[in-house]
Amino acid sequence: MNKSYKTKRKISTAISYVLLVLISIIWLFPFVGLVLQSFRSYKTEFGGMVDYLVPHSFSLDNYRFLFSGETNFILWYRNTLVIAFFVTIFQTIIVLCVSYALSRMRFKGRTILMRFWLVLGMFPGFLTMICLYFLLKMLGLTQAGAVPGLILVSIASCGMGYYVCKGYFDTIPKALDEAARIDGATRARIFFTMTIPMSKPIIIYTALVAFMAPWCDYVFASYVAFGHDKSYNVAVAMTRWVWTNDYQGYFTRFCAGGVLIAVPVTLLFMFLQKYYVEGVTGGAVKG
Amino acid sequence: MKHSAAKRKKNVIASFFESIGQIFKNIGVTFVEGDIKTKLSFLIFGLGPILRGQVLIGAALLLLEALFFCYMFGFGWQYLSKITTLGTVATQKVGRKTVYGDNSFLILLFGVLSIFAIIAILVIWYLNIQENRKEELLLKEGKRLPSNRTVFLSLFDKNFDKTLLALPVTGIFVFTVLPIVFMILVAFTNYDKNHQSPTNLFTWVGLENFKNLVSFGKTGIGGTFVQVLAWTLVWAFFATFIDYFLGLAVAMLINKKEIKFKKLWRTILVMTIAVPQFVSLLYVMKMFANDGLINGYLIKWGIIDSYIPFWTDPMLARITIIVVNIWIGIPYMMLIATGLLMNIPEDLYESARIDGASGWQMFRSITLPYMLFVTGPFLLTQFTGNLNNFNVIYLLTQGKPQSMSLAEKAGYSDLLVTWLYKMTVNDTNYKMAAVIGIMVFVVTAVITLVVYNMLPSVKDEEGFQ
Repeated sequence: MNKSYKTKRKISTAISYVLLVLISIIWLFPFVGLVLQSFRSYKTEFGGMVDYLVPHSFSLDNYRFLFSGETNFILWYRNTLVIAFFVTIFQTIIVLCVSYALSRMRFKGRTILMRFWLVLGMFPGFLTMICLYFLLKMLGLTQAGAVPGLILVSIASCGMGYYVCKGYFDTIPKALDEAARIDGATRARIFFTMTIPMSKPIIIYTALVAFMAPWCDYVFASYVAFGHDKSYNVAVAMTRWVWTNDYQGYFTRFCAGGVLIAVPVTLLFMFLQKYYVEGVTGGAVKG
Repeated sequence: MKHSAAKRKKNVIASFFESIGQIFKNIGVTFVEGDIKTKLSFLIFGLGPILRGQVLIGAALLLLEALFFCYMFGFGWQYLSKITTLGTVATQKVGRKTVYGDNSFLILLFGVLSIFAIIAILVIWYLNIQENRKEELLLKEGKRLPSNRTVFLSLFDKNFDKTLLALPVTGIFVFTVLPIVFMILVAFTNYDKNHQSPTNLFTWVGLENFKNLVSFGKTGIGGTFVQVLAWTLVWAFFATFIDYFLGLAVAMLINKKEIKFKKLWRTILVMTIAVPQFVSLLYVMKMFANDGLINGYLIKWGIIDSYIPFWTDPMLARITIIVVNIWIGIPYMMLIATGLLMNIPEDLYESARIDGASGWQMFRSITLPYMLFVTGPFLLTQFTGNLNNFNVIYLLTQGKPQSMSLAEKAGYSDLLVTWLYKMTVNDTNYKMAAVIGIMVFVVTAVITLVVYNMLPSVKDEEGFQ
């Protein structure tokens, strides 16, 4: 190789690194800002918006406030955790069941069912909000009962999100099922003792996606829990701190809460990243 | 081509009527040829199976019939009978007493439910007839009917699909299908803040609301609708394709052989997926605020004299939203592209390099065609997802900046879905919200159908050559 080619290569590599570092700075900047603001002293610098990044004095004021009992922060956190926990469990089970039935069984109306669900998915979710609210109200699951209500609504319709999981099941050779059936295993047995143990990556992916969703659920949660502070989830409760003018000075407190929410969720995600990538890639290619 | 399509269509219609005819024929034949047990089963579901020893199936059928009549006479009928008017007597206060009347909301909701129940019972009735026929034929051949135990156990084997799907399908029916049908019907009523039942009943108004949607006069919302729809499409286009190409570029950058710490770079990017959006987006929203961090530093460094109205200027707000969305969107594409890029055989590039192709040429004639081919369906779902991307818009601007020139409190950055949400929550203008919802469905469905049939990977399933 000649020299000029080599230097060219070196320059292009250098440019690539510069680009990557730049991108990383842009990507991390808001998160660094969030963490720094959360440690800004409430006493000396107030809690509102400021136009500088690094606080003049650091303190734990904002975190202390969250746990002081002046707000229901711990309760909101627990609500979200409870919702996320139950939604994860039930959604994973339901998605697995639906995917197995649609991937492995051939029954009358199978394609019609799949097409029908596809069409249903084209309606915007918020369209049904008032009707769902009323149904939940009939069951006593609004305001004070918003937490179980939100769990119910989330898991009731999650069967329609079977695509990624079914795509994964489709890649497990059918010959395995056939062999087991010849040996006298029932469908249920095959499902529980063969398919599920072979599907660890997709189960983790499904559970992870299900767990992350409730942390961002603002729309429906705010509608169902309306006006009942104790059954808010973190998204509903803390969004107020940023939007409403009455809450001027709550900005750094929002940051502190945001850090407390983001850290565990992010760690969990990073820990299971491998499975997430697998699921997302598989789902995208099969469409 | 056209001819065969027309022929196929005819066949579909023909076979539909054929199967309907078959159903009626079955019912007739079963009744005529059936014994007394079967004949009685036409009225009392499952009687035949019970008498023949198939207690499990028979009892299930009978139970469903009983449930239907209990529901209908105890509950459903009083609503179904009023569905044509949606109630005539409003709840009033007479003196100190409240006199309860009709409730349009309940009449519509349970009326729809009752119609579904009637359809269901007709299907069950037919299944019941089929079951009788099947049993009779088996007995005539001298065979034995399966025992109750076998029938029950088949739910875990041959009929395992029914066990698996029963709960999900019921859940989807109650919490998705029923509400959607209800809301579609609301689009044909005058249900809004002036018609809140039970004190003010609402009623059918035909196509009134749709006329309102396409009327461009002073009272209509046609102008606003066109504007919001246009921005929704522009937004979805930019959000999808900018993220797609930039994500691809970043993935290729990280995939370069010379680059070290690949995992580190990817992990940094993935942060925006991991952190809950309401935390990250709300912080970014404040960063770009008039008194926020970015304006603060730009003024401090003397680059600008007065703040840049990132969120308050209509055009700027839209651009800022698209830019911030890049921050959220690139990582997804990067993850997907990373895996796919490795699938492209290295010798393709090798031979191109020998032919003297530049990097850009190789990208254009090898990488891009392959990626577009493989990710076609993904692009489509991304596009329709962005049409309904509530979170990014609502957390960043709530659809603002608002304008007096737009109807129904729409803002310049409102998508159809955020507009729908505002109509429902802030204005309780349910009738127009329902109309907008139907429009979102129409737009999504049309785009999906048209694009899906154009996708190369659908046309030619053989794969990439």
